[in-house]
Amino acid sequence: MIEDLSPLQLDALREVGNIGAGHAATVLSQLINKKVSMTVPQVNVLPLAEACNFVGGPEQPMVGVYLRIFGGAPSKMLYLFPEEKALFMAGLLINDPEKCRNLLGELEVSALKEIGNILTGAYVYAFSNFTGIHMISSVPALAFDMVGAILNTVLADLGEIGDYAVIIQTQLTACDESVDGHFFLVPDPGSLVTILDALGVKEGCQNRSGLECPKS
Amino acid sequence: MSEPIRVGMSEIVVAKAPNVLVTLGLGSCVAVCIYDFFLKVGGMAHIMLPDSSLSSPNAVTNRGKFADTAVPDLFNMLLQKGAAKERLVVKIAGGAQMFSFNGLNDQIQIGARNVAAVEKALAELGLTITNRSVGGNVGRSVFMDLETGSVRIKMLNSPEIIL
Repeated sequence: MIEDLSPLQLDALREVGNIGAGHAATVLSQLINKKVSMTVPQVNVLPLAEACNFVGGPEQPMVGVYLRIFGGAPSKMLYLFPEEKALFMAGLLINDPEKCRNLLGELEVSALKEIGNILTGAYVYAFSNFTGIHMISSVPALAFDMVGAILNTVLADLGEIGDYAVIIQTQLTACDESVDGHFFLVPDPGSLVTILDALGVKEGCQNRSGLECPKS
Repeated sequence: MSEPIRVGMSEIVVAKAPNVLVTLGLGSCVAVCIYDFFLKVGGMAHIMLPDSSLSSPNAVTNRGKFADTAVPDLFNMLLQKGAAKERLVVKIAGGAQMFSFNGLNDQIQIGARNVAAVEKALAELGLTITNRSVGGNVGRSVFMDLETGSVRIKMLNSPEIIL
C-alpha cells in the first residue's frame, strides 16, 4: 500500500505534518524567543535503500533526537540538527551558552533531549487532536553521528514489513538562521491505515505490498 | 580509478578489481565483505535485519535485507564468479547501537542482533570471520578495495581503521 498512496492521501499526510510541525514551531519559537519559519511539509515515499541519502548526504554529521510514539498509531519521531545549531539551542535552553561547548557532554545531551521532548509533545498533541487518535511519546534518545547511520538505525525495523518508508518531513528555521532543524514523522506501516482512516481518506489504498486494509 | 560502487541498504553487490565497494553511514546495519584474493573478486552485503522468518512474508522478497538470506546469497554469487571457498576472506563491520534509551528495548538492540545473526549465518556456511569492527555507538562508512581486499572503516570521531 505504501508505494500506492494517492495524491489525496499524500495531501492528508502533508496536512498532519503541517499541523504537528506548526505547533512545534510555535513552541520552538517561544523556547528560543525568536521568529521561526517552517517549510511546507514534504511527504516522501522512499525505498529503504535510498532513505539515507537525503539531508546533505549520508556522511553529514548531525545530532539526532529520536522518540517512539505509542498509542493508536505507533510512529517514530526524529529531529536532526546540525552540530553548531544544536549546541546553540542547548545553550539557550539552559540560559548559559558558554557552558554548552561539547556535543557529547552530559548537560548538552540532556538539554537537547529535553528540546526533543518539548517539540514532540507539541507535535503529538496537535496530531492527536486533529486525528482523534490517542498517542503518547517515549523518553528521548540522542545520537551525534553521520546522518546515514542515524537514519538507517531508525528505519531498520520498517524492513520487517516492506521495502518503503513514508517520511513526513518539515524544516524549521529561526529568522536569523541560528536554529535550523529537520523534523521527521515516520508512521509505522500499520499505522498509516489508521491515520488515513481517521482523516477520512482510507479509500484508494491498493493492497499490493501486503499491508492489510481493514474492511469497513 | 573508477567511481566507487555504492551498496545501499538491503543490497548485495559483487564486483572485481579495480572497483571499490562502498557503503556510507552504517548504523545498526551490518556490512559483510567477502573477498577472494586470488581472483580479486569480492562482494558486500548491506544487511538491515537479523532474521527473515520474523518478518511478514511480503517483505522477504528482498533477500538482501536479512542476515539469514543475504549471507548465503552473497556466498553463492561469489561462487558463481568462480571464487573458491577456501580462499575467501570475511570481514564484517557495523551493528552499532546508535541510540541508548534508558531501559531495555528490543528494537534498539537490533545492531547486536544483526551481528549475532551474521556470525551464525557465516558459521553455517563454514566461513570464519577474519576481521571485524562491530558494536559500540558509532556510525561507520565502509570502503572495500577489491584490488587488495582491504576494508577501510571511517568514523566521525575516531581515527580510520583498516581491516
